[in-house]
This record gives sequence, C-alpha cells and structure tokens, in this order.
Amino acid sequence: MAAVHGGVLGAAYLAGSSPVHRLPPHLKLVAVLGFALVVVATPVHADWAWAAHGGHLALVLLAAAVAGVGPARLARGLAIEVPFVLFAVLLPFVAQGPRVEVAGLALSESGLVAAGGLLAKATLSVLAAVVLAATTEPRALLAGLERLRLPALLVQILMFMMRYTDVVAGELARMRVARESRGFRGRHLGALRVLGPAAGSLFVRSYERGERVHLAMLSRGYAGRLPGGPAPAVPARAWLAALALPLGAAAVLATGLLLG
Amino acid sequence: MHVPDGFLDAPTSAATAAVAAAGVALALRGARRELDERTAPLAGLSAAFVFAVQMVNFPVGAGTSGHLMGGVLAAVLVGPWTAALCLTVVLVVQALLFADGGLTAIGTNVTLLGLVAIGVGWGAFRLLAAVLPTTRGGVLAAAGVGAFLSVPVAALAFTGLFALGGVADVALGTVAAAMGGVHALIGLGEAAITVVVLGAVLAVRPDLVHGARALRRATLLAGRPPSVPAGAR
Repeated sequence: MAAVHGGVLGAAYLAGSSPVHRLPPHLKLVAVLGFALVVVATPVHADWAWAAHGGHLALVLLAAAVAGVGPARLARGLAIEVPFVLFAVLLPFVAQGPRVEVAGLALSESGLVAAGGLLAKATLSVLAAVVLAATTEPRALLAGLERLRLPALLVQILMFMMRYTDVVAGELARMRVARESRGFRGRHLGALRVLGPAAGSLFVRSYERGERVHLAMLSRGYAGRLPGGPAPAVPARAWLAALALPLGAAAVLATGLLLG
Repeated sequence: MHVPDGFLDAPTSAATAAVAAAGVALALRGARRELDERTAPLAGLSAAFVFAVQMVNFPVGAGTSGHLMGGVLAAVLVGPWTAALCLTVVLVVQALLFADGGLTAIGTNVTLLGLVAIGVGWGAFRLLAAVLPTTRGGVLAAAGVGAFLSVPVAALAFTGLFALGGVADVALGTVAAAMGGVHALIGLGEAAITVVVLGAVLAVRPDLVHGARALRRATLLAGRPPSVPAGAR
C-alpha cells in the first residue's frame, strides 16, 4: 500500500518536467475546473452533442500528451468510474418516454441518450482530473488552493490531513500485518470484533498524535497561522497556456451552439 | 459513492456548491467552538483517520464486505462541525488526487455526504440519546440508528437532486425506491461498523468521545481511589 514513493496520496503523481508540470498549480486547478464546467454545460439532447464530446476528448488527450501522461495511466484513472457506469446502464431501463428496440429489449430513447451523455461527461472530467493529479504534487495542489483563497483554516486542516495520511495509513498497515501474522483471516461477521477495536485504537492514536503535534507546534511559536513567503508573480504566458484547455473546450461548445 | 461530473446540470451543481460553501463556513466557526485553537491539527488528524478507515474492508455478512463512510462515527467522536470539516477535506482530496467525485460536483458531494448525512445522523443521535438511558448501551444504540439513517437519507437526497437537475426523465418513485432500498442495506453495515468502532473507543478512552459527554457526567469513569494510602504520599 505504501510501497509507492510519496505514499498513499502521492501515488497519483507522475514525476516529470513537461510544460504542464511546470505550470503554477492554481492555474491548473482553474483550468481543470473550467474544463469540467464547460463539459457539464454541454447540452445532452442536442444533435451535435457527440461532436462536442469528441472535440473535448481531443483537447484533453492533447493535454495528456503534452504532460506525458500515457494511455495506461489514463485508463487506470478511469477505473474510479465503474459504480456510475452501472448506474448509467440502468437508466435506459428506468427512464420514461418513447421506447426503441435494441437487441430485443425495449429501452427508453431519452434514457439511452442521457446515459451516453452521462458517461461521456464523467469520462472527460475524470481524464482531466487524472492529468491534474499526475502532473501536480499534493503539496503543490495545496499551495494552489491557498492561492485561490480557500479559507486559511480549511487549508491548514487539508495540510495536516495530507501530511499525516501516510502516517495513519502506515499504522493501519502495521496493525494488519500484526493481525495476519497471528493467523487472523477476516472473512465472516465475527471479524468485526477484531477490526472494530483496531479502527477504534487507530482513532485514539490519531487523535493523541494530533494533540502532540499541536503542542509541538505551540512550542515552536505557532499562533494560528503558518508562515509563508509572498506568492511569486505569474507571467501572462502561463495564464494563456493553462487556459488553453477550458477556452478551447468553450470554443467547441460555442461552435456547436452557433452551428447546431 | 461520489457523484461525478455531468450527473447533475450546471444550475443544480452551482446551487449545491453554494449550500456546501455556506455549510463549510458554518462548520469552520462551529469547529472552533468544539476544538478552539487546536482545530487545525486535530481536525486534520481526524480527517486522516476517516480517510484511512475508509480503506478498511469490513465483512458485513453474506460474503460481502463494505467500507465505512464515517460521517456519523466522526460526528459522535469529535463533534458534528469538526466531522463535517473532516468529510469535506476527505472529499476534496479524493476529487483532486484520485478523480473520485467530479470537480464541479464537489459541492454536491459535500452537501450530501458532509452536511445531509451528518446533519440527519447527528440529529437522530441527539434525539435518541436524550430519550434513551445515559448508559454506554444507550449511546451506542443512538449512534447506530444515526449511522443507519444517514446512508439512505443521503441517497434519497441525491435522488431528489437528480429529479431537480438530472439529465434523464426517470420515474422518480422507482429510482427513489431502488436507491433507498439498496442504501438501507448499506446503512445496516454502516451502523454495525459504527457501533463496533465506537464501542472500542468508549472502552479505552471514553473521555475522547464528544457524543458521550453526558455519560461522563452520569458515571465517574476514571475516579481517583477514595483514599490514598499514607505510604504513597
């Protein structure tokens, strides 16, 4: 579990020095969020929807290529979608409206269209998010969120969570190794009597660690804020490069709206 | 469990984002009351705990296993406001680092899993804890019911949002019944895991359990010995 360098949270990061890696993190966050907004705003029932999805797919694949994120990596990122593929597959069966005959099954026409649209949009956004996670370290993402004026307390909570997730997950892994080396095999309901207390003691250890961390911070002069230098200026070129993705996607959408 | 991009239309996503932002702002104030200036490290470590414990697969019977959502467990352990922040932080990390849950749907996910699930679960817990006897069993039963309710209620809230801003015209009754039914089963697992984990913490460090403060007042849990032997001074 923690075998990957960078731990549980850093597992998504792909070290590199592509132009996408070098972009300031807050610009990448804005770009991916803007891209996702454009994808969500694409009307599902329009005739040209699939052309627009295709254009968006081309854009996000281009971004992945520039970032050096390979197809295997993108495919692994898509695995997260599986539960919602199941939901989308159900839609043609439960949706109302006129029916069409597909392979001997009477499916709802609007349900089919909606399910296709859902899957396309979710896939496009997941691809963009995978490129973001693969080119930005968790630490940099945090700096980006701070730069985007997320409340300071929330940023600090996020920071502690990111720093200590590997520690807490490591304790969990050691507990599992200890359990299993004593012959534990959690296959039936009775295992709850073992796993429950394990999770409970993990909470006690996490909370007590939080108290110790707080005292250590106080002794080093913590007064509710973390020190940080002034944020570096962002050249206009970086803005242009980052916004190429959402602006390109918006151009595809606008073309569809005008011509369709 | 997390809503991806594109399931709800843009206006609904924007509306839930506004609700989530307001809720998180309230939770930031509330968590300061619960944890004072220790908020950042303790809420951060609690969020790391929630994230880690979501990776544990608990066997829940009939050969299936499930993992915890942890909203109600966290609320009873560290207080509802801090728990809402923990869930928010976990959802943000999952969306940004694992593409689990859409970026435009972060507001929806925080509203459903952070605010609705914890709000309903904590409300049920408080109501029951007031009615039931202030014993260990009473607290555990109240937490179990709260955890059970939180899952189908969040699923039904999602169904409601899907009816408002979904992109398919589905028969609402059918979807509500299916979502409610499936998630009632998941809720049973959530309740079982919550009760077992909470019981373990109550046995070791009852003073850490936010939702069991009444218990601490009713029975002196770690009382000093009534008389210290003379030789021990």
